[in-house]
Amino acid sequence: MSAPNKSYDPVEVESLKPEEVDKARDAALAAFAAAQDLAALQEAKVAHTGDRSPLALANREIGALPPQAKAEAGKRVGQARGQVNQALAARREELEAERDARVLVEETVDVTLPWDRAPRGARHPLTTLAERVGDVFVAMGYEIAEGPEVEAEWYNFDALNIAPDHPARTMQDTFFVQAADGSPDSGVVLRTHTSPVQIRTMLTRTPPIYVICPGRVYRTDELDATHTPVFGQVEGLAVDKGLTMADLRGTLDHFASSMFGEGIVTRMRPSYFPFTEPSAEVDLQCFVCRGASVGDPDNPCRTCRSEGWIEWGGCGMVNPRVLVACGIDPAVYSGFAFGMGLERTLMFRHNVEDMRDMVEGDVRFTLPFGMEI
Amino acid sequence: MRVPLSWLREYVDLPAGQSGRDVAEKLVALGLEVETVDQLGSDLKGPLVVGQVLEIEELTGFKKPIRFCKVDVGDANGTGEPQEIVCGATNFEVDDKVVVILPGGVLPGGFEISQRKTYGHTSAGMICSARELGMGDDHDGIIVLPIEVEVGSDAIELLGLVDEVLDIAVTPDRGYCLSMRGVAREAAIGYGIPLRDPALLDVPAPNSYGYPIAVEDPEGCRRFVARTVVGVDPSAPSPLWLQRRVQMAGMRPISLAVDITNYVMLELGQPLHAYDRAKLQGTITVRRAHEGEKLRTLDGAERTLDREDLLITDKSGPIGLAGVMGGETTEIGAETRDIVIEAANFDPVSIARTARRHKLGSEASRRFERGVDPEAARAAAQRAVDLLVLLGGEGAVAEAGVTEVDAPREPVRIGMAVDHPGNVAGIAYAAETVAQRLQEVGCTVEGIDALTVTPPTWRPDLTDPNDLAEEVIRLEGYDEVPSTLPQVPPGRGLTPAQRLRRRIGRALAGDGYREVQNYPFVGEAVFDAFGLDASDPRRITVKLVNPISDEEPALRTTLLPGLLATLRRNVGRGNADVALFETGLVFRPKAERPVAPRLPVDRRPTEAELEQLAAALPDQPYRVAAVLSGERAPSGWWGGGRTATWADAVEAARTVAAAVGVEVTVRQDRHAPWHPGRCAALLVGDTVVGHAGELHPRVVKALQLPDRTCAMEVDFDLLTAELAATGGEKLAVAGHISSFPVATQDVALIVDETVPAADVEGALREGAGELLESLRLFDVFTGEQVGAGKKSLAYALRFRATDRTLTAEESTAARDAAVALAADRTGAVLRGA
Repeated sequence: MSAPNKSYDPVEVESLKPEEVDKARDAALAAFAAAQDLAALQEAKVAHTGDRSPLALANREIGALPPQAKAEAGKRVGQARGQVNQALAARREELEAERDARVLVEETVDVTLPWDRAPRGARHPLTTLAERVGDVFVAMGYEIAEGPEVEAEWYNFDALNIAPDHPARTMQDTFFVQAADGSPDSGVVLRTHTSPVQIRTMLTRTPPIYVICPGRVYRTDELDATHTPVFGQVEGLAVDKGLTMADLRGTLDHFASSMFGEGIVTRMRPSYFPFTEPSAEVDLQCFVCRGASVGDPDNPCRTCRSEGWIEWGGCGMVNPRVLVACGIDPAVYSGFAFGMGLERTLMFRHNVEDMRDMVEGDVRFTLPFGMEI
Repeated sequence: MRVPLSWLREYVDLPAGQSGRDVAEKLVALGLEVETVDQLGSDLKGPLVVGQVLEIEELTGFKKPIRFCKVDVGDANGTGEPQEIVCGATNFEVDDKVVVILPGGVLPGGFEISQRKTYGHTSAGMICSARELGMGDDHDGIIVLPIEVEVGSDAIELLGLVDEVLDIAVTPDRGYCLSMRGVAREAAIGYGIPLRDPALLDVPAPNSYGYPIAVEDPEGCRRFVARTVVGVDPSAPSPLWLQRRVQMAGMRPISLAVDITNYVMLELGQPLHAYDRAKLQGTITVRRAHEGEKLRTLDGAERTLDREDLLITDKSGPIGLAGVMGGETTEIGAETRDIVIEAANFDPVSIARTARRHKLGSEASRRFERGVDPEAARAAAQRAVDLLVLLGGEGAVAEAGVTEVDAPREPVRIGMAVDHPGNVAGIAYAAETVAQRLQEVGCTVEGIDALTVTPPTWRPDLTDPNDLAEEVIRLEGYDEVPSTLPQVPPGRGLTPAQRLRRRIGRALAGDGYREVQNYPFVGEAVFDAFGLDASDPRRITVKLVNPISDEEPALRTTLLPGLLATLRRNVGRGNADVALFETGLVFRPKAERPVAPRLPVDRRPTEAELEQLAAALPDQPYRVAAVLSGERAPSGWWGGGRTATWADAVEAARTVAAAVGVEVTVRQDRHAPWHPGRCAALLVGDTVVGHAGELHPRVVKALQLPDRTCAMEVDFDLLTAELAATGGEKLAVAGHISSFPVATQDVALIVDETVPAADVEGALREGAGELLESLRLFDVFTGEQVGAGKKSLAYALRFRATDRTLTAEESTAARDAAVALAADRTGAVLRGA
């Protein structure tokens, strides 16, 4: 016990002696440096900065010092504690960085593992092709018209200027529907083309009419690489005042370039369809070689067979007789119409080699086409 | 129509050096579809020469007769010495003229001829048959040439072996191009050169002493010309050029008389028929058939005639189906000397019907159906007579009698404004151009601004101003038509239904389903496999008269048969995990099925008439269906996958409903072909709009599907009926997003196992009231703890208010209200209560 009234000399307080303070500080610094991981550092921290650590205890002694001694002792201990805390923080940062580096390495995975837990779906390319065609024309202001697939002969033939005994009627191999009594004379067929939709449209709308009609049609062909009894067509119809073949050609050119690339045009060759007059076949400029393969046997084009043109569909000016059957005055209005096969278009646009692939529903066929084409 | 270029050149002086392809290009631009240009004899190489057989030595001791011949080929072999040739044919004699190919020559097919040892002799060349020369399939032996041909001369030219043949697919409006005359006319226009019209012949005026003809049906037979040639030598062969032309045009040379009638038909487009006069009995009468009459046609078939059939008859009865095919009884035979030639003009519709009725298309009927130039009949008869007299031997003589029966017809006259073609094309054509182009195709043109146009007799297709416009535009060139765009008024875009259908496809594809498009053809067998009752409405189908397959003669009433067949095909190809969908029409006959009337076309039908058509058609609703089997989520290195179950099928249906923005509710149901315990009915309000679930195990077995195959089918029209009634689309409305904290309450309810979860959920929702934000079933449990015949349903309920933080009392009160209503409605007991 120290004697009262005696001046309280910090030098005489053992723990506040400069050498003791330095010792405690050095011990702390050494312990931190020696700590090899964050747990060891935590232990060292408790030992050297905790409540019972030498520096903490020393600090507590300061309060008992006489005022004149307090300042010096406080300064000495404070500096030591500051150095210790600094060293602790630095060492912690070091060790945390080391730990992070180690853990992240340990957590590394093989990101090349296949990750295909959600099976991918796809839409049928004939569906998306029809939509794409529809979109081209909708953008021009057309609307999409539809009609039934089981159709009255009047819509499918008569109204389209295909009289009962017209040779054109036998050109299209028709599926006939049985009447209620089983007889073949029901007046109903599976539509052989989308043209009856034209008739339905003209009967229900008044000109100006601009419609595009995609749909399924039927002919009695056996399925093979280039034929199918059930197939898709897309047909356009315009009825307005003063429409000409030039308007038809321009529309086809726009259609071609929208579907096959800027600058691709069409060609018309005279032909015959009962429902159009004049009539034409539509050829598409080859969008692959753009005609460069013609007469160049060294660089043949598979898409157009080096002909420069691809047969695409038919077209013409709506036969005035068809307008009459729909109650439209051909003296006031004229119209044009065109039609293409969707399968054929898909075949040359996407290199489908066999029509059976579109029919059989193999999931491997559909997949590459995704959601839109 | 097959058009040999050498033959075409007889009527038009095509510029020298024009190849078949050049001509084809011109014709295509004018609207003739030239499908191919065949290069005949392009791989044939001479020397191919005429030889005369000097000696024949029959070699013996071989399995077949073999001849060693010495053949004079003149100087063609360079030596003048006879050529020694071994030959296996025997249809020739010493002094016969034959076709010899000498060593160094090449026959079609790349068969090179060289000198070779055979049958103990050296053979220096070959005596050729028609087949070896690429002249057809007859292999009756080698060709014996007429005696007058010169030994040593070039046989390639003599036989016309090198030629180009244009194969033209003639459209129905261009019947006149089923003749050399018609194609030549187009070629002449294309090249701007004159045509030598082979129909411009001097013909004697009709008189009263030709073969007697009576036409009882002038509607069916507009003209009948009969001429007679007597004293024809039945053994006179068709000359080589005639045979060759007929053969190049795609017909078989048969006999002189038949070849001549075919030749003239090919040349002028007028079908002819030759009768053996000795076999005719009395007047030839053209009339319709009587009930039950029969005729044996030239193809040997006995045909029972229809009263609409137009017939050629004599006293014995029917001797020919007019314009389609002759009969056997009056056929030209090996003894025929006196020949009656028929050149008639028949009604196209009548011929078309007869040909179709008897499934008997012929070269003649094909032409009559498309319309034959009535003015060509006289010339054609004359041409046939001339050829028979010229080629039928010394004694062949034309009789002076000329019979002609005519039903006079008014020519068609078309009024057309001179600027009409230009208005159609979008080009201004000069008035002279219009008139000149119409004249080029054979029209007579009168007037200046308002034209009156009389089409030529060979163009029955020209009836309307637009037909004439097409003639002008195509001759001026379709390529001249400019490219402009019409002013399209603004459109309204897709209809709501069209947009909804696209959404459905995208939603299902986005969910892993792949779309397919199946044929809609079905048969009874699949309905049996589905286990449908005899009275099931899906068995009432639209039936086809002429299906592709007799097994599948009807149209689908559900999308599932096609989808399941496609699923099976995929599994068979090694794709075990399959999820497919299809959208499309199904066909449901109406209760009453009247015949669709044939409405007029010269005016708009009335609404009542259109309703008659609509009544005859089946209902054709738009459906969506999906099928799946195998793993819905695949297993992999990450662990196990998830097998597709009934729940996936229901989910697919919900996906469809969500895509269109309609709420469906689900109800337990029993409905074939689904598993009676795993079938959900899908409802909008009280309307069943479809079904989903697992298929009945018996159906799976009958259709050889993978176990536990699942399916759903929804009727789009029913699904969206309410939407359609209110404008087609429901506008989504944004909800209020509350930022106050959520209060969660879990409840476990015990109910009878038979109580549908949907009922419990419905009651909870209703009971919980407005504060309920969401409700989720997170566990279903059965077992001893809950008791036999019971199940425990555990729900997480989340409550939230939009304007305050809920107190514990509020959320508990809402939970209790929910449980109370569930207890009341379904007998639910709170677990642990």
